Amino acid sequence: MASNNGPAAGAPLAGNLPKRKGFMGWLNKRMPVDEFIAEQLTGYYAPKNFNIWYFFGSLALVVLVMQLLTGIFLTMFYKPGELTSFDSVEFIMREVSHGWLIRYLHSTGASAFFIVVYLHMFRALLYGSYKPPRELLWLLGMLVYLALMAEAFMGYVLPWGNMSFWGAQVIVNLFGTIPAIGPPLVEWIRGDYGIADATLNRFFALHVVALPLGILLLVMLHLVALRTTGSNNPDGIEIKEKLGPNGKPLDGIPFHPYYTVKDVVGVGVFFILFAIIVFFVPTFGGLFLEGPNFDPANPMSTPEHIAPVWYFTPFYAILRAVPDQRLGALLMGLAVVSFFFLPWLDRSPVKSMRYRGWVSKTMLTLFAVSFIALGYLGLQPAEGIYVLWARIFGVIYFLYFWAMPFYSRASVDPVKQVPQRVVFNAH
Amino acid sequence: MADNVVVADDEVDLSRRKFLTNATIATGAVGAVFVAVPFIESWTPSERARALGAPTELDVSKIEPGQMTTVVWRRQPIYVVRRTPEMVAHLQGHDAALKDPTSDKSDQPPYAKNVLRARKAEYLVLIGTCTHLGCLPKQRFEAGSPEMGPSWPGGFFCPCHGSRFDLAGRVFEGSPASVNLRVPPYEYPNERTLLVGADEKGAA
Amino acid sequence: MRTRMWRPMPMHVLRRSLFVVVGCAVLATAGFVHGTAFAAEEAAGGKLGADWKTQHADTDVANNASLQRGARNFSNYCLGCHSLKYERWSRMAQDLEIPEPLLQKDLMPPGDKPAQYILTSMPAADAEAWFGKTPPDLSLMARARGKDYLYQFLTTFYVDPTRQTGANNLRLPATAMPHVLSELEGLKRAVYKKEEKRGEDGKVITEQVFDHFEQIAPGRLSTADYASFVRDTVNFLDYVGEPTQQARRALGVWVVLFLLVFTWLAWLMKKEYWKDVH
Repeated sequence: MASNNGPAAGAPLAGNLPKRKGFMGWLNKRMPVDEFIAEQLTGYYAPKNFNIWYFFGSLALVVLVMQLLTGIFLTMFYKPGELTSFDSVEFIMREVSHGWLIRYLHSTGASAFFIVVYLHMFRALLYGSYKPPRELLWLLGMLVYLALMAEAFMGYVLPWGNMSFWGAQVIVNLFGTIPAIGPPLVEWIRGDYGIADATLNRFFALHVVALPLGILLLVMLHLVALRTTGSNNPDGIEIKEKLGPNGKPLDGIPFHPYYTVKDVVGVGVFFILFAIIVFFVPTFGGLFLEGPNFDPANPMSTPEHIAPVWYFTPFYAILRAVPDQRLGALLMGLAVVSFFFLPWLDRSPVKSMRYRGWVSKTMLTLFAVSFIALGYLGLQPAEGIYVLWARIFGVIYFLYFWAMPFYSRASVDPVKQVPQRVVFNAH
Repeated sequence: MADNVVVADDEVDLSRRKFLTNATIATGAVGAVFVAVPFIESWTPSERARALGAPTELDVSKIEPGQMTTVVWRRQPIYVVRRTPEMVAHLQGHDAALKDPTSDKSDQPPYAKNVLRARKAEYLVLIGTCTHLGCLPKQRFEAGSPEMGPSWPGGFFCPCHGSRFDLAGRVFEGSPASVNLRVPPYEYPNERTLLVGADEKGAA
Repeated sequence: MRTRMWRPMPMHVLRRSLFVVVGCAVLATAGFVHGTAFAAEEAAGGKLGADWKTQHADTDVANNASLQRGARNFSNYCLGCHSLKYERWSRMAQDLEIPEPLLQKDLMPPGDKPAQYILTSMPAADAEAWFGKTPPDLSLMARARGKDYLYQFLTTFYVDPTRQTGANNLRLPATAMPHVLSELEGLKRAVYKKEEKRGEDGKVITEQVFDHFEQIAPGRLSTADYASFVRDTVNFLDYVGEPTQQARRALGVWVVLFLLVFTWLAWLMKKEYWKDVH
């Protein structure tokens, strides 16, 4: 900002904000509006070397808001119930003015949410954002991810198509593998002797009220934790350790306006891609909306190829790769839970992959390849060569996490010298 | 001042910055309005509601003279009264007691803007919701009934707030309602059939 | 390239009965449809039906004349048993630009109202007794199975005396549906060839594999005209699967254009602000 009293220049602190008159003055006496802006936006300094990977956090927030908005409107027309759900979704698609648009925004938004979140998570793996002092930030983020999985699963059941029904059947039955309490637990979740009206109704309540509230709370905590530690960056350097005379990080720039204007560009690009899918390929070849889910739920007929939506298939592939029911479910759970342990599995003295050796880089690449490969395999029938490959990639997947205490050590994977200041080339 | 943000007025074209900021904000605001449209429109009556709001038919020859039948059109009760010649005669002579005797301020198709407020003297067709606050006026067809007083020419009485209407749906002075009962668009495709919700202008 | 002359066709007399009857004008109207591509395909592919698995529906939901013909086909041949329970007659007429008098006279069963959903008059209980299962509602069939599936299904019926209906199908073996369209398509016989295959135990087994169809009785339509007939019908079912799809694509163009402008402006703004950062 070029103006002398602009927020960027000199970045006024909460204590010496200019006194305001009129309505804003009245408001500031009763609510710390200017103080909040000064502390959280103009006075919040983010590293200046963010690259493309740093768009996905703000994009996740944008998608969350979009899902809430479209979800609220869908709730106005959707009628949960064995006899009404499927029809009401078709009612939305055909008879509500622009109902099709609101529904496609929501269904595509679900997949977009996971794309954005997976890229956001990969960024953390790439630059070691889970490492101290950001362990809690990482754990809160993982809790958001868990809640999001539950939210997506229950949302998928609501249209009450045949994939909804059988997806619910398979996932709920996973809980049956828990020793002793499994079978009664499954019955309690369903509220009936099969997936039924009762199940659908409680999933609806959780999907539209409980889980969104939980996600909002967790996202807020995630952001509070982020503001406390500050963002990591592609160099993995703590910018707070090099302060300028004004007490602000030398390698930091005010979040507002610099990153707000940058994120607006990211949001624009995102919505271009998103709109192309919503308006021209809303089913995305059966990946975002599956063909068999246009058949109403039929408890007497399982679809020929049953697979979850793409964002769950990496874990589903691991489940199917194991020839033992209980062990399969256990490993699938572990595949998700492993992420939580990352801050303590990683023994490397540096954060960013930029300054690590080839071992860590190779492991991360193999992990990313495995994740995508497992995602593909989870969509294929569970037979022959597919199962074999799922086993191979499954092993690599777990090695990334559980061999990390060994391969990430500097003695195994020598690190490069991390520079004092972030690498940034102004354009 | 942090050395990362260099503020040099000669380097920065402030007017360009201001213009681009305003242009982006303005475009974003236009986009937000566009986004609001489908959400707002989703609250308008659905195709189903519109289909169910299609014109309603009624065989008027089956109504006894002096009696009333109710049909539903667009979720509103439509009162159809088969008026006797005496009832029609009773519409004269109390214009002074009416708020809008010539229906100038009231809501009706042009063909019902007359003393009878109908296409045919015999049949009165009204939307049966009170123009005051939407209750359903009751039948008080008997002239001079003890309940309504000796000067009562026969008509409707709204139980909610006491509005009174004559047998053409015209509101009496002293009623909380200020305009006459509304007349829906209607036509007679043949002698016996009344079609509510459509007229020569097409379906409403 | 297919160069077909599309012309809106007069809607023909609707008659509804269980095993469907034909408006005899179908033949006359089908004559207007030139299926040069299919003739070419036949010449190139050689044997009839040999390439059935790779046949595509190749429909165009923007082709209103085709949709109108499809609607007529549906009304004449499918509505006897199948419903479109999410689609209204009036909505269909509006989207396909069919005038209401024509809709009432030629497409709708007598007694139905335009605001009603497109429902078969066949009682479900009778259907169950006759076919062993209720014929499915077709509103979403194109979305659930895909257009190509429907096209392949309707073009691969063949005579099979072992079936109760006398017909079988390559796309959906042992289908409960009789070959309702046989009087248009004629009758086909499946010709098999022997193929050697190594079983799991390593032994060589000889299997009977479908090779091609042989026309054993002609129908009212030529092979090419029948393919056009099926194409129109599948196109109509694709429309019914998502009646808003044309509006969706039309709106999408404007949305993407708008977003391009917005993003371009935002990018210029970003560049301007980031001049500060060194």
